[in-house]
Amino acid sequence: MKVVMWGTRGSQASPGPDTVRYGGNTVCVQVTNDAGQVLLIDAGTGIRRAGLALRERHGRVDVLLSHFHMDHVQGLGFFAPLYDPAAEVHLWGPSTPNLDVHARLTRYLSPPLFPVRLRDLPCNLHIHDTAPGRLDIPGFAVTAALICHPGPTFGYRVEADAQSLAYLSDHEPMLCERGFAAGPATTSGYDLAADVDLLLHDAQYSDAEYETRVGWGHSTLGHCLAFAAAVRARHLVPFHHDPSHDDALLDAFVAHARKGQVYGGDVIAGMEDVVVDVGALT
Amino acid sequence: MAQQPLQLILMRELADHLATPVFVVNAEGTLEFYNEPAGLLLGLRFEETGPMAADVWASRFTPTDEHGVPITADELPLVRALRGASPGHRRIWIQSLDGARRHLEVTAFPMFGITGELIGATALFWETA
Repeated sequence: MKVVMWGTRGSQASPGPDTVRYGGNTVCVQVTNDAGQVLLIDAGTGIRRAGLALRERHGRVDVLLSHFHMDHVQGLGFFAPLYDPAAEVHLWGPSTPNLDVHARLTRYLSPPLFPVRLRDLPCNLHIHDTAPGRLDIPGFAVTAALICHPGPTFGYRVEADAQSLAYLSDHEPMLCERGFAAGPATTSGYDLAADVDLLLHDAQYSDAEYETRVGWGHSTLGHCLAFAAAVRARHLVPFHHDPSHDDALLDAFVAHARKGQVYGGDVIAGMEDVVVDVGALT
Repeated sequence: MAQQPLQLILMRELADHLATPVFVVNAEGTLEFYNEPAGLLLGLRFEETGPMAADVWASRFTPTDEHGVPITADELPLVRALRGASPGHRRIWIQSLDGARRHLEVTAFPMFGITGELIGATALFWETA
């Protein structure tokens, strides 16, 4: 599997001279298996460039939405395959007891917030109300599970080519702080991330920032490292960077993580446009 | 040990931050957690009992009605909430494990996940003087 980080930012797009290297686009990750099948996880503003890269492909593409906060769906209306009559686009995401995925997406993809309605898109669009469990996606074994974040939010485990990754972009496992002490049974996201080759995990806050943001659904870098250690992830990409965190601060985050005091695995900087060949990781 | 459903993890965490006595079971009826205030009523902390099967916790505290007539497991609000998938409430008397006899109001309700599946049930206790 190859992973492309098209968007690494959380909460709000934050382009500018101070965020050039880690990127300003909100979260979107592309996963491609050895057979060339593609799935994307989340549709933040980073999905616009993913769509341009896939423009000539014209085949099936699956988009897994973790949840429907704006930073995870804002780029969807600018995803080129949605406007390609030859493309087959599958959207997956959590429904609620009262609203299906179509209804939840329509709240954004309709006037007055957006000029194009979902029903007017020319692609062959399939919308899946996704329950926790296995998803039927060709070329990948995908598992969705609810994780600790406000509103129904999925984390995903993706397996292909005898490799595995877990994607938990918005995750506050430390809200259940007893969990880290008590072990797997009470740790949100544990089963998704256990023993993965590559863990993509929320590291939005510093310790000082977290003090006033408990319950907002995100982790500190320290929580991220503790979680990665608890699930025995082999490689870690901390991401979903806070909009206020510039490149210099994120360099410091990575340097701290690589000291190995909490997590002994390999830490890969969560930069926009980084490509990770999961099969080549040692 | 397998990871519990997220809703049980969150309910356990909420209960751990309440002064209201709370008792949480999973969809099979296995006791997953009760908080410290519930432990004071039951006479033993959860850390001392650990998880218990439904038939064990339903009889361990010797629940009776106001006349001292034993209440069967099927008549307990928590079991009714779980098996009948509907809320329940009643007054009960229990024999606490510290030897005290306690008069409780018990309100129980089932918990369903976002796709409608039964996750478990929760009971709130209120001691009546």
